[in-house]
Amino acid sequence: MSQESFVDLSMVRRRLAGSGGRRYWKSLEELAATPGFQNFLEREFPEQASEWSDPSGRREFLRIMGASLALAGLTACTRQPEEKIVPYVKSPEQVVPGRPLFFATSVLDQGFAKGVLVESHLGRPTKIEGNPEHPASLGATDAFGQATILGLYDPDRSKTITNRGEIRTWGAFLTALQPALAAQKALGGAGFRILTETVTSPTLAAQLDALLAQYPAAKWHQYQPVSADNARAGAELAFGEALAAQYRLAEADVILSLEADFLGSGPANVRLIREFSGRRRIEGEHARLNRLYVVEGSPSITGAAADHRLPLRSSEIEGVARAVAAGLGLPVEGADRAHAAWVGPLVKDLRKHGGRSLVLAGESQPAEVHALAHAMNGELGNLGKTVVFTAPVEARPLNQLASLRDLVADMAGGEVALLLVLGGNPVYNAPADLALAAALDQVPLRIHLGLYQDETAERCHWHLAEAHGLESWSDARAFDGSVSIVQPLIAPLYGGKSAHEVLAAFLGFGDRAGYQVVREHWKGLFGADDFEGRWQRAVHDGVVAGSALPEKPVTLASGDWVRPARQARNPGLEIAFRADPTIGDGRFANNGWLQELPKPLTKLTWENAALLSPRLAARLGIAVSSTASGATTDLVELRYAGNALKVPAWIVPGHPEDSVTLHLGYGRRKAGRVGSGLGVNAYALRRSDGLWFGAGLEIRKTGERAILACTQDHWTIEHETQTTKRHLVRSADLAEFERNPHFAREMSEEPPADLSMYPAHTYRGHAWGMTIDLSACVGCNACVVACQSENNIPVVGKDQVARGREMQWIRIDRYYQGGLDNPETHHQPVLCMHCENAPCEVVCPVAATVHSDEGLNDMVYNRCVGTRYCSNNCPYKVRRFNFFLYQDWDTPSLKLMRNPDVTVRSRGVMEKCTYCVQRINQARIDAKNQDRPLRDGEIETACQSVCPARAIVFGDVNDPKSRVTGQKSSPRNYGLLADLNTRPRTSYLASVRNPNPDMPREAGPGAARASLELGSGPDV
Amino acid sequence: MSSANPMDLPGAPILGPGHTLGTVTDKIGDVVLTRKTPRGWLGGFAIAFGLLQLMLLAVVNLLFVGIGVWGVTIPIGWGFDIINFVWWIGIGHAGTLISAILLLMRQEWRMSINRFAEAMTLFAVACAAFYPIFHTGRPWVAAYWLLPYPNTMGLWPNFRSPLIWDVFAVSTYATVSALFWYVGLIPDMATLRDKTGSRLLKVVYGMGALGWRGSIRHWHNYETAYLLLAGLATPLVVSVHTVVSFDFATGLVPGWHATIFPPYFVAGAVYAGFAMVLTLAIPLRWYYRLQDFITMRHLENMAKVMMATGLVVAYGYVIEAFMAWYSGNTYEMFMMKNRMTGPYAVMYWCLILCNVVTPNLLWFKRLRTSIPFLFLVALVVSVGMWLERFVIIVTSLHRDFLPASWGMYAGTKYDWAAFIGTIGLFLTLFFLFVRVLPAISMFEMKTILPGSGAHGSGGEAEKAR
Amino acid sequence: MSAEVATSGLYGLMAEFRGPHEIVAGARLVTEKGYRRVDGYTPYPMEDLSEALELPRSVLPKLVLGGGILGCLLGYGLEYWSAVIAYPLNIGGRPLHSWPSFIVPAFETTILFAAGTAVLGMLALNGLPQPYHPVFNVASFAKASRDGFFLAIEATDPKFDRADTRRFLESLHGVVQVSEIEE
Repeated sequence: MSQESFVDLSMVRRRLAGSGGRRYWKSLEELAATPGFQNFLEREFPEQASEWSDPSGRREFLRIMGASLALAGLTACTRQPEEKIVPYVKSPEQVVPGRPLFFATSVLDQGFAKGVLVESHLGRPTKIEGNPEHPASLGATDAFGQATILGLYDPDRSKTITNRGEIRTWGAFLTALQPALAAQKALGGAGFRILTETVTSPTLAAQLDALLAQYPAAKWHQYQPVSADNARAGAELAFGEALAAQYRLAEADVILSLEADFLGSGPANVRLIREFSGRRRIEGEHARLNRLYVVEGSPSITGAAADHRLPLRSSEIEGVARAVAAGLGLPVEGADRAHAAWVGPLVKDLRKHGGRSLVLAGESQPAEVHALAHAMNGELGNLGKTVVFTAPVEARPLNQLASLRDLVADMAGGEVALLLVLGGNPVYNAPADLALAAALDQVPLRIHLGLYQDETAERCHWHLAEAHGLESWSDARAFDGSVSIVQPLIAPLYGGKSAHEVLAAFLGFGDRAGYQVVREHWKGLFGADDFEGRWQRAVHDGVVAGSALPEKPVTLASGDWVRPARQARNPGLEIAFRADPTIGDGRFANNGWLQELPKPLTKLTWENAALLSPRLAARLGIAVSSTASGATTDLVELRYAGNALKVPAWIVPGHPEDSVTLHLGYGRRKAGRVGSGLGVNAYALRRSDGLWFGAGLEIRKTGERAILACTQDHWTIEHETQTTKRHLVRSADLAEFERNPHFAREMSEEPPADLSMYPAHTYRGHAWGMTIDLSACVGCNACVVACQSENNIPVVGKDQVARGREMQWIRIDRYYQGGLDNPETHHQPVLCMHCENAPCEVVCPVAATVHSDEGLNDMVYNRCVGTRYCSNNCPYKVRRFNFFLYQDWDTPSLKLMRNPDVTVRSRGVMEKCTYCVQRINQARIDAKNQDRPLRDGEIETACQSVCPARAIVFGDVNDPKSRVTGQKSSPRNYGLLADLNTRPRTSYLASVRNPNPDMPREAGPGAARASLELGSGPDV
Repeated sequence: MSSANPMDLPGAPILGPGHTLGTVTDKIGDVVLTRKTPRGWLGGFAIAFGLLQLMLLAVVNLLFVGIGVWGVTIPIGWGFDIINFVWWIGIGHAGTLISAILLLMRQEWRMSINRFAEAMTLFAVACAAFYPIFHTGRPWVAAYWLLPYPNTMGLWPNFRSPLIWDVFAVSTYATVSALFWYVGLIPDMATLRDKTGSRLLKVVYGMGALGWRGSIRHWHNYETAYLLLAGLATPLVVSVHTVVSFDFATGLVPGWHATIFPPYFVAGAVYAGFAMVLTLAIPLRWYYRLQDFITMRHLENMAKVMMATGLVVAYGYVIEAFMAWYSGNTYEMFMMKNRMTGPYAVMYWCLILCNVVTPNLLWFKRLRTSIPFLFLVALVVSVGMWLERFVIIVTSLHRDFLPASWGMYAGTKYDWAAFIGTIGLFLTLFFLFVRVLPAISMFEMKTILPGSGAHGSGGEAEKAR
Repeated sequence: MSAEVATSGLYGLMAEFRGPHEIVAGARLVTEKGYRRVDGYTPYPMEDLSEALELPRSVLPKLVLGGGILGCLLGYGLEYWSAVIAYPLNIGGRPLHSWPSFIVPAFETTILFAAGTAVLGMLALNGLPQPYHPVFNVASFAKASRDGFFLAIEATDPKFDRADTRRFLESLHGVVQVSEIEE
């Protein structure tokens, strides 16, 4: 190959000193990633003219061209990592073109491992699936896990090592590092600080310990904006030692959540959804439903799943917790009697289910509330039954906020000479009052390892491009402590370094590959005898057998939690901070899939807003209205603790009245082309003395208007009354259901099959169908991203979403029921119904959408001319249209990402859910090859296989024994808008809730009145 | 001669007094054959042509960027495109109706207006035809994939789709109208051929005239053919807007799925068509001093037809609302409520104002015979009919079955550019037409001259000389 | 057009009448006299004149009927063949032969073909287009499309005699002038 001609020879010589065949390519990439080349790539139509004009520019241009050729070569052919990685048993051991391999690994969520299987086509990871053998996955993933793939191929990822913005080589970095380290050696590392996020990786911990051993005076700090500080402190309060709680929801009949969003977030949420929904499912006509009580300061999907929800300002929740505790007979002070009507029946219910109940506290609640929760569980005899405890999972548990505070103090005091930031983005996400950025500038040598050239990288002397989790070797612990080996699916696209490799360099092994580091660590653990075998098995399974932490017996130490944390009941407004439900604490800001993923409850995309209650909105005179170019709303100014932010207001039914929720993660300056400049930065208001909520918020209408991209017409009374009249989501209380299991079917009559003037079409062979259990669905959004990833669905951007042109094939409709102040929330995933009398097909002039002989409503992209008549005539509005060329045809890395089994659609054609026809055909071919009929459950659609709640069942409705047939025979089974005689193949199982009969109904007349007031207000 | 004609008995004459075969020929022929082009014409043409350029701009942008530059979205998959398509097609109904139905009904007053009414029809259909092609996501294939032609894929259009019915109906309508129009022009082009002094024009019109020499044998077949065409065009003109209404009536969208649509669409089309004829006739007769040929009688008759069809349309609105209520169907009831009180209620009530209230003013003869007022009414009706299509298409789509997927719609500047562009196209063609072809049928006017003896009965020949 | 013109070069004789009623009356006499190869030329259709010349009913209606039937068969045939035989597809669960839907295009093709036949048939029967015809050689004939009424007896008529016929025509009431039509 002729790439040499573009390579600076001295550089090559230096490379050759190092080892590893990948280095040669790496130098090319460094060359390729010059800023000039960056904007060359970014420019849609490169205007070479400018480069030709001046001689230096011309040289640059030639370099760039050469590099781009080289890079094209790189991206075109996929590169297998050199180390041995082990394919999953499910698929053949050797690569067969056209057949994907599945590799077990883990993706990290806030430092905790969630096991996944990664689908790899000829060495290109294309899709994430859950790992059934992993405790935190059980075969499912959450939306973040699904989006990891896009994160890997993100063209905006940092691609080089830079020193003050200048491109440098790894060698240059090592050289520059030596004097600094030498200096620290002399001081015993007194001026040496390391800042990481939560670390669960045994190998990384060992490396850090080794480093600290070499530099005894050095300090290791940890910080991430969403930590487990309160939970840890709470455990210490309650038990006198730091413990990690694990919940057994499957065992719990009655659950009380004190602002714990256990379904929405956390290291175990996927598993917890499975366990929770397992107790929501009704087989046939009898049920053993659990009952969920939620007290929360900001609406969450956990609250949406609740049978009884009490919206309160976060600061008031402790009072209620104490009231409940007192009711259970615990010696507590500061009980808030205001909600006796609610607490009373709750206490009775908990008592009745002693040992089979559970009280959880959320991270956003102070340690005392956590302690109270433990105490209540103790009182109810739940300890060891519905909740068990283990030693902390983190390698070194500590109060991260305090840790960061110390670091900032040291830096400001000029005591830090060398700072290594291993991942994380503290400059962006540290609490405002710590003034971290300023302190950081005091440090003479700052080194940052990260996936992006982000806000922190900008302020560090050295930035090291980090290898993505799917590019590097590592290990990590899951919520229960079980260890997974993280194996790479592809060699680092941009030659990034893993934290292991960087630490190895600090330990003096600059050329040590992550593979060696991890392997050696485990050699130590597994022992020499049969190491290979155990290693193989561990890598292969994705989890080290028997590595889960053992349960610890616990005894309650009556402690300080008796006295309330905060006496002062503040009358005024309160602000609540929460991690964003789709982009987390901001780390996913540059992920288009997650940005465009509608927030589960607000259905907002692409930015955050000041979420407030209808009553507060009415008081402030906030008017939300939907227009052709998006939902317009008032821009309000939030003043809190001396800082101010202008934020668009958004009305959320069920939000506590005197509180405003602001989601973290937006307002990024240097997230990348996708994420920069979206929304407002909540960290600018967040303070270390109240990470999650604080009193004294002032809010003021600015008079300006803002446009938000909301995928669901904003909330109006009409909207809801129509929903009820039309029986779209059908639900009943358990009592009603037991009285009349067929309630759902009786809500509308489906016309008989022989009503048509035409003879009904008969389907011999297979007939594909699907059911979605609304009782089980918690609206976690995983299916939406899974579908996007599986089917090469493009991202269209805020403006297009605002105009109603989003492309997701499956959407989750959110409906409210009852009053505005505390409505019941229902989620309804809607995808193509594959109607047997498809209205869309009849009207297509060119027969571009027709029925297959297995009853699939096929969309023939290359026949479609784009009249959009089909979409007009589709009562479910599940069809999506390429109004522009939405697909990115140019970015090389995104080409690697696509699913080769699915057409990449172009401009001007209609598209929609296909029931993952590519998976159906794959399975059919397999069955043919093995000369056997298709097995039930052999085909899993992308949405089905990812669903943590197992709410989606797909199969052959002609097969009387198939699961889907069984589901459809359920009395709860009903077809959406079936009264139109569309004969949908997708049907729903009506939701059944399990409220406490003794409990007063939330939706009181007062609430209803309020809703009417509002309904007339913001409606257009 | 025209005593057989009931409309003849009272009211103003349908032809000014003192005209002879010669004067008719000169008056109408000279409009075309006069050497120097009138200033007014040049000015008007310049404006029209300018607007046409706007259309060019809109189309280029559309082809290069994508249909997304228009306001259409999900759930409102159709917007200005189909609104304007139906609007233009509607306008394109008057011509054939006047020529065909009124011919069969022996309404001789039609003769002075049918020629340019037919021309108007053709131009309106041309404007309408722009949309079915360019409203698609991929016009470059839509342009021919909708036609049944043998291809290597062995693919055929879906004949169950109303859009295919549209293709057949509209193309047939365009063809037949064009034939009808041309057949009518043959003898007049012969007249121009014999009248003009210019050699060039002789050749040009001569070609158009196909060597017509007014042989009585030819006239004999000609009359038969003309009558047959009228007989065929009559069901055709009714079928076309019926088919257009099927685009909606066969869909299941609440607000579309109504059996009343065909009749009330046809009535609406005639209504809009006559409005446009008036809009063109009034300035035309004034500018070219054709008051003798297009008399008050014509204007008044057209006003009457407009009012009658307007009442039918109003009836359509009433039945729509009534059925929505009477059906007891949740979706239908909400659709009607949403029309009257929803975000687009303004459109609905303006529509009622334009199409229900206004035409009823024509009950009064004084208003009916006031030319400025007629002109105004005609414009109002055109606006009203545009609003009707907006209400039917947009307000029905924007809130259909699932509240979760409701949306809002607004036309973008490119929507407007395309719309105004089609108006430019329409006017441009019309200006060219009045300049190069007789806007009034000469030979037919001659047959209604007193004593022409065209239809048998006597009367003194002297009058005709 | 002097008497020296050879009969061979003669297409016929043409009489110009003063007005519509004169020509009708004249035509009646001409037909009574037994002339058959006679044609009238008028600026607009005149039913009386056609009757006077005893023209047969036009065959056009039959042609048009045929055209209509053909169009209907072709249209519906295409629909049936393409939807049922050539490329059968399950569209919205409707039967392959969805006759109610097929009626509409078939109707349109019927009209299309019928109308086409009417126009082309008319032109064919009239032998148009015909750029040259002897009658145009008569100087005053240009008036035929304006306000002239002409009656021509062709030389090929068995009873045609250059002198007699001319005399006969001149004798008719309301004749302005009689001129010879050159080939």
